[in-house]
Amino acid sequence: MTGDEACAEGALAAGCRFFGGYPITPATEIAEHMSKRLPEVGGTFIQMEDEIAAMASILGGAWAGQKSMTATSGPGFSLMMENIGLGVCTETPCVVVNVQRVGPSTGLPTMGAQADMMQARWGSHGDYRIIALAPMSAQEIFFQTITAFNLSERYRTPVFIMTDEIVGHMSEKVIIPPADRIITEWRPKPSGRKDRFLLYKPGKNGVAPMPAAGEGYNVHVTGLTHDEKGYPVMSVEAQEQMMDRLCRKIDDNLDDIIMTEAHHLDDAEVVLVSYGISARTSLAAMQQSRAMGMKVGFLRLITVWPFAQRQIAALAERVKALVTVEINLGQMHLEVTRAAAGKTPCHLVGHAGGTIISPDQVIATIKEVY
Amino acid sequence: MRRQLAARHGSGVNDMLKQIMITGFGGQGVVLAGRIVGQAAAIGDKLESTFVQSYGPESRGGACSAQVTIADGPIYFPYIKNPDILVCMSQSGYDKYYTELKPDGVLILEQDLVKPTAPQDHFAIPCTRFAEELGNKMMANIIMIGFVAAITEVVSLESARDTVLASVPKGTEQKNLKAFERGWDYALATLKGRRNKAAGQIGVVA
Repeated sequence: MTGDEACAEGALAAGCRFFGGYPITPATEIAEHMSKRLPEVGGTFIQMEDEIAAMASILGGAWAGQKSMTATSGPGFSLMMENIGLGVCTETPCVVVNVQRVGPSTGLPTMGAQADMMQARWGSHGDYRIIALAPMSAQEIFFQTITAFNLSERYRTPVFIMTDEIVGHMSEKVIIPPADRIITEWRPKPSGRKDRFLLYKPGKNGVAPMPAAGEGYNVHVTGLTHDEKGYPVMSVEAQEQMMDRLCRKIDDNLDDIIMTEAHHLDDAEVVLVSYGISARTSLAAMQQSRAMGMKVGFLRLITVWPFAQRQIAALAERVKALVTVEINLGQMHLEVTRAAAGKTPCHLVGHAGGTIISPDQVIATIKEVY
Repeated sequence: MRRQLAARHGSGVNDMLKQIMITGFGGQGVVLAGRIVGQAAAIGDKLESTFVQSYGPESRGGACSAQVTIADGPIYFPYIKNPDILVCMSQSGYDKYYTELKPDGVLILEQDLVKPTAPQDHFAIPCTRFAEELGNKMMANIIMIGFVAAITEVVSLESARDTVLASVPKGTEQKNLKAFERGWDYALATLKGRRNKAAGQIGVVA
C-alpha cells in the first residue's frame, strides 16, 4: 500500500472518526481513502470548500468529541495556518498531515520536498510550541499516525505529520497489527461537579481535562487570550499565564515527546542528521561509507518538533562534523547548527526540491569533511 | 512500537536485491504493472519491496516509469539508477534508459513498439498485439508481467498470478488470467527456443 493509504489506515486504527479535507496533490489519496473507509467504521468524511474550512472543521470535530484529522500539502498547509493557531490556543487535539511537495506557491505539485519544516514550527502567528513527526516509510507512517493521535490527545495540541510526496506515493509492505495490540489514548475527561468545572485548569502533566460540547460542562472556546474558565481576559497577566501553560505542557515533557533513532553513534566521527525520506538516503550513505572504512553515524529525527536539541548538543561535543540531509536549502540544518553552538562544523546536503537526495551526494560531503 | 521500527530499519546489507524498471507511456498500464510486481514480491513471496513511479501531468500518452526494488531485507533507497531488469513498452522509454541497464542485466522489449538501436541481448514480446488478439489492448501490461515473471523469475508464478487477479477490475479476472498465461507461455517458448539454439550451436552463446 502507499504511504498515503497507510496514513489513513493508521488514523482509523488510532480511532479517528472525522476527516475534513480538501484534495491536493500529493495528499489526495489520504482523503480518498478516508472517504471510502470512514463510513464503513461509522465515521464522517466531509470535503470542505477549502483548507481554511477543512482545518476549522477538524477543530469542531475534536470539540464534538471525535478524534479528527485533515491532510494537505504546502499550499493547503499555508491556508490552514491561522486555524492551526486557533487549535494551539484552544488546546484542541487533532492531527494535520502535510505531504510536502515543492514550493513556494504551486511549485512542482507532483514532486517531493521537505521545505515546510520551518513553516510547521513557526507558520501560525504568535509564540507557541508544536509537535511534528516525520515518517520514512509506509509502515512507519501507519505507526506514526497512531503516535501522532496519542500525543495530540495526551497533550491536547495539534500534531503534524510532516511527510513528503515520495513517502506518500511510494508503495511498500505494511503490516497492520491486530487491534488489541495497538495502544490508543484518549484526552483526559473531566470529573467532579459540572458547575465548578474549569476548562483550562491543568491536571498533573500540565494538561487540562477536556469535555466534549454537549456533555453538560460549560465549554467556552475562544482564540482570544483566556483564563482557566476559558473566558476572554484582555490582560498581560492572563496572556503570560496562558502562554506559560501552553509552552510548559510541551517543554516539561520533552523526553516523552522527542523520539530519535541512533545508528552507529558510538564510534562515529561524522554524524548524519536527517528525517523523513532523506533518512533513507542517509542510511544508505552511512552503510556505503562504513563499507569504505569511514566511521559514519546517523541520528534520525523521528520527532522533528520539538527539536532534539540535547541530543545534537551532546554529539557536537565529540564528533568531527555534523551533516544534515534534507530536501530544502537548509531548514533543520539551522536548528542543528544552533544546537551545535559552534562546537563542531555543521554541513548541509540539500537542494531546492523535486527529487530525492542520492546517497552519492551525501558520501561526497562525508568525504570532504571526514 | 519504537522497538519494532528499529528492528525493521536497523539491519544491514541485503543478500538479494533486484531493481526493475518498467518504462512506457501513460495508458499502457506501466504503473499498474509495477505495482503488481512489487505487491507480488512483498505479499506473495514474503520479501520486501518498494515501488515508486514517475509520470508527467498528462494521464495518457506522456512518458512514465515504474521502479520496483525487491530485496530480502530493508530497502533504504527506492529509486533506481542502473536496473537489473529493464522493461521497455515504448521507444522513448528504451532510448532514455537502455544505456543504464547493468552489464549483466536483462532487457525486455515490446517487440512491435521498440526497435533496439544497440546490439544488446534482449527478450521481446509483441504484448500489445497479443492483447488485441485477446480482445483488449489494455491487457498488454498483464501479458508483459507474465512474460517478465517467467523470463526473470523475479517473482514466483503463484504470487504474480494471484496479484494480477487481485488487482484487476471485478469481472475481468478470467480474461486477465488468460493474458497473464499468454505472456508466461510465450516466455517459456522463448527460453526453450534459446536453449535449443544453444544446444545446436555448440560453443556459441545464444
